[in-house]
Amino acid sequence: MNEVLLVAGMALVTFAARYPLLVLVGKLQLPQPVLRALKFVPIAVLTAIITPAIIFPRSNRPEFALSNEYLVAAIVAALVAWRSRNVLLTIVVGMLMLLAWRWIMALVHM
Amino acid sequence: MTLQHTFTRWTEFWAGVRDTFPLVVGAVPFGIIFGALAVTSGISPSGALAMSAFVFAGSAQFVAAGLFAGGAPVLVIVLTTLVVNLRHTLYATALAPHMKHLPQRWLIPLGFWLTDESFVVVSARHTRNDASPLKHWYFLGSAIFMYTNWQLCTLIGILVGRAIPNPAAWGLDFAAVVTFIGMLSQFVRNKPALVSAGVAGLCALLAHGLPNQLGLLVAAALGIAAGMLSEALFPGEQVKPVNPVQTTSAAQAKEAP
Repeated sequence: MNEVLLVAGMALVTFAARYPLLVLVGKLQLPQPVLRALKFVPIAVLTAIITPAIIFPRSNRPEFALSNEYLVAAIVAALVAWRSRNVLLTIVVGMLMLLAWRWIMALVHM
Repeated sequence: MTLQHTFTRWTEFWAGVRDTFPLVVGAVPFGIIFGALAVTSGISPSGALAMSAFVFAGSAQFVAAGLFAGGAPVLVIVLTTLVVNLRHTLYATALAPHMKHLPQRWLIPLGFWLTDESFVVVSARHTRNDASPLKHWYFLGSAIFMYTNWQLCTLIGILVGRAIPNPAAWGLDFAAVVTFIGMLSQFVRNKPALVSAGVAGLCALLAHGLPNQLGLLVAAALGIAAGMLSEALFPGEQVKPVNPVQTTSAAQAKEAP
C-alpha cells in the first residue's frame, strides 16, 4: 500500500540523515566544504519553512499588511527571540500575540 | 563541586527531561496539529500514527502531509523529507565527538531520536564542563520525553481533527513557526548566518508557486550557498559549528560551581 511505502521511505531517509554521522565522525574526516555547508543547513531550511507560512497564511495570495496577524506575531516573536534567546518565552509571546492581534483586527473591522 | 560527584543515571535522565520541558511545550500544539492535518490531508489515522512512531520528525511530517494532500508522488515526498531532515546530519556531526565511547545499542536509538529540540538541550549539556560520564542518560531522558509527547499529541490531533475541521483557524499552526523562530535565534548571530537566512526566506517566498514544495528545496540550496559565499567574503564572521543554547537550566548551570 502507498502509505506503508511512504512511511518506510520517510523513516529510512530520516534515519539516514541522523544516525551514520554519529558513528562515522572520528573515524572519517569529512571534507571541509561539506562541513561548511552543513552549518547553514538548519538556518536555511528552517527559514525556508517558516517564511511562506507567515506571508501566505490563508491562500496563495501574499499578505504584506498589518491585517496579517501571522506577520505581526512573527516579527514580535523574532524580536523576543533575538533579545532573550529564550525559546519558551518566544513561543508563548508569539502565540499570545497572534491571538491578540487577530482579536484586535476583528474589533477594528467590526 | 559536590554536584560533580552526585551524577547518577537517574539524575542525568531527569535533568534531560526537565531541560527539554520548554521545548516540549512548543511541540505539543505542533504534534496536535500534525495529527489533525494528517487526517484532513487524507492520511489514515494508522498511517499518521505510524509516521510519528517510525519517522519522528515534526517539520518533515508536516511538509509530507501537505504534499500528500496535494497528491504528490511518494518519491517526491521522500526526497523532500530527506532535504528537510538533512540538518540532522549537522547535529549528528556536532554530537558525535561526545558519543564516540558509546556502543551501538546506544547510538542506534539516540540517532533515531535525534531532533532539533534534543540537539539543542544535549549540546548545551555537553558545553558544561563537569566530569559526568553519564551524559548519554541526559540525552535519553530528553529523547524519550520528546518521543512520548509526540506520539500522544499525534493521537490527540487525530481525534481533534475529526472534531475541528480547520485547526489553522485556532492559530495552532503558528506554534511550529514560533518554535522555529526561537531555535533560529540561537543560530543566526552573525552576518553569514543572517545572509543565509535572508536569502533562504526570500527565495522561499519567490518560489512559493512551484509545485510539490520544490520552492523549499530551491530556497534551502540558495540559502546555504549564500551563507558560504558570505562567509568567504567576511572571513572575520565565522559561523561557529555549534552554538550552545540557553535553556532554563543551562542558564542556571552557568551559576553553578
